[in-house]
Amino acid sequence: MSESGCGRNGKPQTNCSQAKPAAAQTIRDLGTTLTWRDVAGAWGVRWGYRRMSYMIEPGLYRIGRPDAESKVLVTANYKLTVDVVRRALHGLNVWLLVLDTKGVNVWCAAGKGTFGTAELIARVQATGLAKVVRHRTLVVPQLGAVGVAAHEVSRATGFSVHYGPVRASDIPAYLASGMKATEAMRRVTFTWKERLAVAPMEVVGSLKPAGAILAVLALLELVEHRRLTTGLVADMAPFVAAILTGGVLVPLLLPWIPSRVFAVKGALLGLCLAAAVLWLQPLDPATGMGVSLLILAITSYMGMAFTGATTFTTLAGVRMEVRWALPCILIAAVAGAILRVAGAFI
Amino acid sequence: MKYLLNGHSLMMASDLCNGCGRCVEVCPHGVFAMVQKKAEIVNLGDCMECGACGMNCATDAISVESGVGCAQLVVASMWRGNGGRTECGCGG
Repeated sequence: MSESGCGRNGKPQTNCSQAKPAAAQTIRDLGTTLTWRDVAGAWGVRWGYRRMSYMIEPGLYRIGRPDAESKVLVTANYKLTVDVVRRALHGLNVWLLVLDTKGVNVWCAAGKGTFGTAELIARVQATGLAKVVRHRTLVVPQLGAVGVAAHEVSRATGFSVHYGPVRASDIPAYLASGMKATEAMRRVTFTWKERLAVAPMEVVGSLKPAGAILAVLALLELVEHRRLTTGLVADMAPFVAAILTGGVLVPLLLPWIPSRVFAVKGALLGLCLAAAVLWLQPLDPATGMGVSLLILAITSYMGMAFTGATTFTTLAGVRMEVRWALPCILIAAVAGAILRVAGAFI
Repeated sequence: MKYLLNGHSLMMASDLCNGCGRCVEVCPHGVFAMVQKKAEIVNLGDCMECGACGMNCATDAISVESGVGCAQLVVASMWRGNGGRTECGCGG
């Protein structure tokens, strides 16, 4: 939502009379109600549509009617993030300082360094914040601390950094209590809703490999029957089920699947699925073995891939997991593919 | 939920700690607590090595090898054969 801010609320603004392009100092208004387009946009990016270009202009924004004493909140310029934040700020009068994180959310951008000390200092200076407000306090989201050194920001800008709550929905309570965060506000969670919200991207990411599998199955069908039959649907079904198992069931059931190793979590659900497929579909031994191995490879890999979407995995741990799980997955995939193709000719 | 090798690289030099409490404040997993006016690691097993504590320690009392625990990133960097850090492609 890149509202120009010109003439909004019927208030003429000095910037509008000048025919200049928006200068760095332009302060824009930001509403706190989401439109159906915002909601549709959020659904889109959750499924990977326009995900890397869903952003708003960085800079200083008004929420409500803030004055020189109003709090300054800092956030990223990912539009999904901005929408969540401004909606949570409904009814408040605050300044929103939006950093240029290239359209990436606060935590991920902080990990990359784009939501970082340098950008925060530069943005405070470019927007002339010190002339807009009388106090010298910034409220930075706690997860931004991965990229922001509070003491360096203070030294460079004179603004002291207060780390706000992890979730935007806690901001009103945090501000109302005089910028005091409760223990719960400081903790990152990974509830089933949060897990489900990131699951679509796992499924979208497997569309290309799924297309490749479908092409090979269609080719085998053509070689065997010289035409495509409805049998192709039954041939493809186990692989679609495997992708949904790895991409949706693994995230959803994450805390309850045994083992801390994500590849093992995926493989365990894959074993259940393979057993179900063999029970439902009468397959010759070679094809059955091939399909089972391919299911295991898919669910195990997708389980492992989900590490990146979680809130508690470590880089060292993932390196260890990949080192031994990836070879197993590759062997299962190659052996499975050979058996599945060979099965079609037996 | 816990993973593998949680907090294996997190180290704290208590003698350097000035008791500002920033690490307690920024840690998303409650790894630190203030004990007698100094920060202490009380919950190492929940550490995901995000690096927020070290980043905000003005006296360099905390050291941690931070990074993103993402298998796709690790596989991609192995594929390219550099074994080092690759730019994280995701973030939604």
